[in-house]
Amino acid sequence: MTAIQETHSTTDHHHGDDHHHDHPSWLAHHFDDAEQQYDSGKLGMWLFLVTEVLFFSGMFCAYALYRNRNPEVFEFCSSFLNEKLGAINTGVLLFSSLTMAWAVRAAQLRQHQLLVGMLGATLGCAAIFLGVKSVEYSHKWELGLLPGKFYVAQLEGHHGPHKGYLEMLCAVPALITFLLAAYAVYAWATKSIFHQRVAGPLLTAGICFFGGVLLGQYLEAQEEASKSHGGHHEHHAMAQGHVDHDSHEHAAASDTHTHDHGAPAVPEVSPAVAMGGSPDVYVASEEVNTPKAEVNQRSMAGLFFSIYYCMTGVHAIHILGGMLVISWLIIKAAREEFHEQYFGPVDNVGLYWHLVDFIWIYLFPLLYLIT
Amino acid sequence: MAHTNAHAENAHTDSHDVHHGHGSSHGDHHGFSHPMPIWMLLSVFFALLFLTGLTVFQAQFDLGNAEIWMSLIIATIKAGLVILFFMHLLWDKPLNAIVILGSLIFVALFLGFTLMDAEGYREKLIFKSTITESQPGYKDPATLAAEEAAAATGK
Amino acid sequence: MSVVDRPIASPVSPEADSYPTHHFLNHSKGFLSWALTLDHKRIGLMYLVGVMASFALGGLFALMIRIHLWNFKDGWLSNQTYNQVFTLHGAIMVFLFIIPSVPAALGNFLLPIMLGTKDVAFPRLNLSSFYLWVTGLVLFLTALSVTGLDTGWTFYTPYSIETSQGGAVLAATFGVFVLGFSSIFTGLNFIVTINTMRPPGMTWFRMPLFLWAVYATSIIQVLATPVLGITVLLLSAERLLGIGIFDPKLNGDPVTFQHFFWFYSHPAVYIMILPAMGIISELMSVHCHKGIFGYRMIAYSSIAIALFGFLVWGHHMFTSGMADVTAVVFSALTFTVSIPSAIKVFNWLGTMYQGTVSLNTPMLYALAFIFLFTIGGLTGLPLGALSTDMHFHDTYFVVAHFHYVMMGGTLVAFLGGVFHWWPKMTGRMFNDKLGMVSAIIVFIGFNMTFLPQFVLGSRGMPRRYATYLPEFQPLHQLSTIGSLTLGAGLFLALVVLLLSLVNGKKAPRNPWGGATLEWMCSSPPPHDNFSSAPTVGDPYDFSDIEYDGRVGSYVKRS
Repeated sequence: MTAIQETHSTTDHHHGDDHHHDHPSWLAHHFDDAEQQYDSGKLGMWLFLVTEVLFFSGMFCAYALYRNRNPEVFEFCSSFLNEKLGAINTGVLLFSSLTMAWAVRAAQLRQHQLLVGMLGATLGCAAIFLGVKSVEYSHKWELGLLPGKFYVAQLEGHHGPHKGYLEMLCAVPALITFLLAAYAVYAWATKSIFHQRVAGPLLTAGICFFGGVLLGQYLEAQEEASKSHGGHHEHHAMAQGHVDHDSHEHAAASDTHTHDHGAPAVPEVSPAVAMGGSPDVYVASEEVNTPKAEVNQRSMAGLFFSIYYCMTGVHAIHILGGMLVISWLIIKAAREEFHEQYFGPVDNVGLYWHLVDFIWIYLFPLLYLIT
Repeated sequence: MAHTNAHAENAHTDSHDVHHGHGSSHGDHHGFSHPMPIWMLLSVFFALLFLTGLTVFQAQFDLGNAEIWMSLIIATIKAGLVILFFMHLLWDKPLNAIVILGSLIFVALFLGFTLMDAEGYREKLIFKSTITESQPGYKDPATLAAEEAAAATGK
Repeated sequence: MSVVDRPIASPVSPEADSYPTHHFLNHSKGFLSWALTLDHKRIGLMYLVGVMASFALGGLFALMIRIHLWNFKDGWLSNQTYNQVFTLHGAIMVFLFIIPSVPAALGNFLLPIMLGTKDVAFPRLNLSSFYLWVTGLVLFLTALSVTGLDTGWTFYTPYSIETSQGGAVLAATFGVFVLGFSSIFTGLNFIVTINTMRPPGMTWFRMPLFLWAVYATSIIQVLATPVLGITVLLLSAERLLGIGIFDPKLNGDPVTFQHFFWFYSHPAVYIMILPAMGIISELMSVHCHKGIFGYRMIAYSSIAIALFGFLVWGHHMFTSGMADVTAVVFSALTFTVSIPSAIKVFNWLGTMYQGTVSLNTPMLYALAFIFLFTIGGLTGLPLGALSTDMHFHDTYFVVAHFHYVMMGGTLVAFLGGVFHWWPKMTGRMFNDKLGMVSAIIVFIGFNMTFLPQFVLGSRGMPRRYATYLPEFQPLHQLSTIGSLTLGAGLFLALVVLLLSLVNGKKAPRNPWGGATLEWMCSSPPPHDNFSSAPTVGDPYDFSDIEYDGRVGSYVKRS
């Protein structure tokens, strides 16, 4: 019970509410009782989730529209996405959903230590997810698999000059992890239980991000190796073809070491098929998995990668947002603020987190598993 | 469990004059909290993992048009498990279920009309090529224009 | 119909009734007590000031347009400036004024009081919603001052992708994104408040119709606004990253942009008009001193309009190249919306029938609303019909139609509402005679501005053109004179309101004889709205409310 009295007032926004002293500190003054407060928060969160669903529906709409129009583009481009990484990330998110649901249970049962642990596990999973995602993104950027008008992929299958995208993506997490490490040292130096409880999970999450990066790199390298054995001899036809105006120096640099490395997934390369003004070319395409010249262009493959980056990017932003609120929960949980009358924040953040998982459950097969 | 019940009752006596004008009353002693049993959480999680494996597995086979529906059905079952158990909707107030399911109706409306329309005017579309001069399959603008004109007169 | 001119504020003795010395306006002092307030009434007032300032800005742009069009060519603006001015007029009026006007300003102030609660469910969210609105305002003003936005308020692709005013498009779309979230948060807050915080006795069918209207509005805000969010986000990505989803050069589909845009923006039309209808339901009943006619039908029709509003967005796109089948379906569905709208109009007329009408400023605005909204609604029918729309599309007929609904409808109702609740909000009575004069000038000026535009449009005058054929000049000049008259009327209304703050009489508790809960608490209301839980009765039962000359106020006969 002491935890309740200790909590910092969350309702200190009104002066002179003399007649509300009978409200416990965790109950806002304008609510009659804990249940009303909980119901309001929960309905509010469900409504927020409704807005999220409709927000994402716009991108699903674009996905359905362009996939329906050019199915072979989606089939071709999907082969550039690493199925293994996608599957692992799905598993990681599902596990984080489990720990989040468990955290809600822990909050309801006043299992404060367990609650902090479960929230920490959720946060760590989120970090792993982002680490893997960073590997995926940087790998694609190096290949020139960029959205829309920046799409410059060289299908002959070598890496472009190493651009250091991964290092770029890791810079901010590295800084944050460093700061968290400093915070952890402070926490243990001052022997503050509260700070230790907070710093532990946060620092672990920071390290988890780099675990995710290593895992992603390992799997990506494995994929490369298997692809380069299967597809090495098939890349010649395209070697001349796909040079864009804006990337002449890129192309010039890369011409010298063509065929050095493994190929991204290019199952077969046929000579270019005449490209007409008629959409029939796409509709009547029978040979799926055949990257025709007209697929490997900005208005085709580029559009797929636009949709890919928009969907996964907005999803990743939601993961980041989720990590922020989970960190906030960890602080509150470390103060032992939650109990069976007041666990709304954990429950509501949980709902949000499950929705992020929910969206990914659809994104994974729709983007990675097109055959 | 008895331990927590004691806490719940203490909290009730602490808080002022709890009246139940809002929402349903609960039979158990947790008030409005409803902790999920651990076995249920774990079984949902493993079911989700199994379904993920299943969807990866079915993607190995070329099912043609059925493929997207298969993966969507599996994804929907997974989403259903997440919503009903992890998100606790099965025990939640009906209003919250109506809210979230209602939103899906509007999503369907949005996608339905937009895609139906896009399908309707699809035949009028002219696709532009962004193949550059150095790429195979490139045609100069004059040839393209001539082809387009030919296609137009052909119709 | 008997028209009885009742005294609206007779001299009163201060000791009679309760003129509170302590209320929400002087509850705490200092800039921060306003800037960081969580009190829904203060947030509502800040919104009120904000939307009125935005309206003044948008109105100035409107006058610039009308003055430019005085001559058929060589107006005082360059063509480029003209494009920017009409874009900013539209964008500011839609996103900064009309959408937040009634729900965020009046709704925020009134919803918890009418409901009988202390505050909305999420006061912090409410304040953040206001600051999001301010951020949106700043971004719009940036778009205005740094460069010039010239895409029209609809941001249609591919022009918005190609225009040289890229920075302005980015700033404005980001502004729209932020404003969208402001709107979502307000709607979400209201839905939760109405669902979970009604005090004992306040059943769904004892809620004032204004709350039904705000509730229906909130449903639209929550369901439609996110789609606008993703639309403008994709458009920003289009400008920044060239993603090509809406860009025909990259095989993107610009018609899809229109679908995305109107999936929000058509329901948004009902975000604008529904709360205005709610205000009129209150005004009609209170100033006719007669219970509202067909309470349940008005309540249901609000919800029906909100839901039907999602089925008709395609009627903005009949000439965009959409498929014939879709066009026919959307056209047919469009006509269904007229049914709940007509139900409301008939019920308001039914309320007036045999009522005891107090002809005062709010009532005059309400009458103007019914007249103007009916014209606006009926002229929507030829626009919803496929064949006639081919002729009217993008002409002044459309411009006149939506101004009759948006301005003749929403703005006039908003003004009526502001006059109606002004005594409650500020504790001061305004000069009713001058207020009535302002209503009459607004009514005349409005019709003079926009009636000629129906004629112009049906004769083929296209909208958004900086020049026109000489034969249209007389009607254009009539319209310009009307717009100046309208501007003068609105200015007078503002003067009346501001003067009341200086020398207005103190407002009694219930100056109009309303039966809803806000008239049960003092003017202005105390900080926590109700010192003790209010007794909730029928919001339209006027049988026991009578005028008491001694206190200069209506009182409940006990």
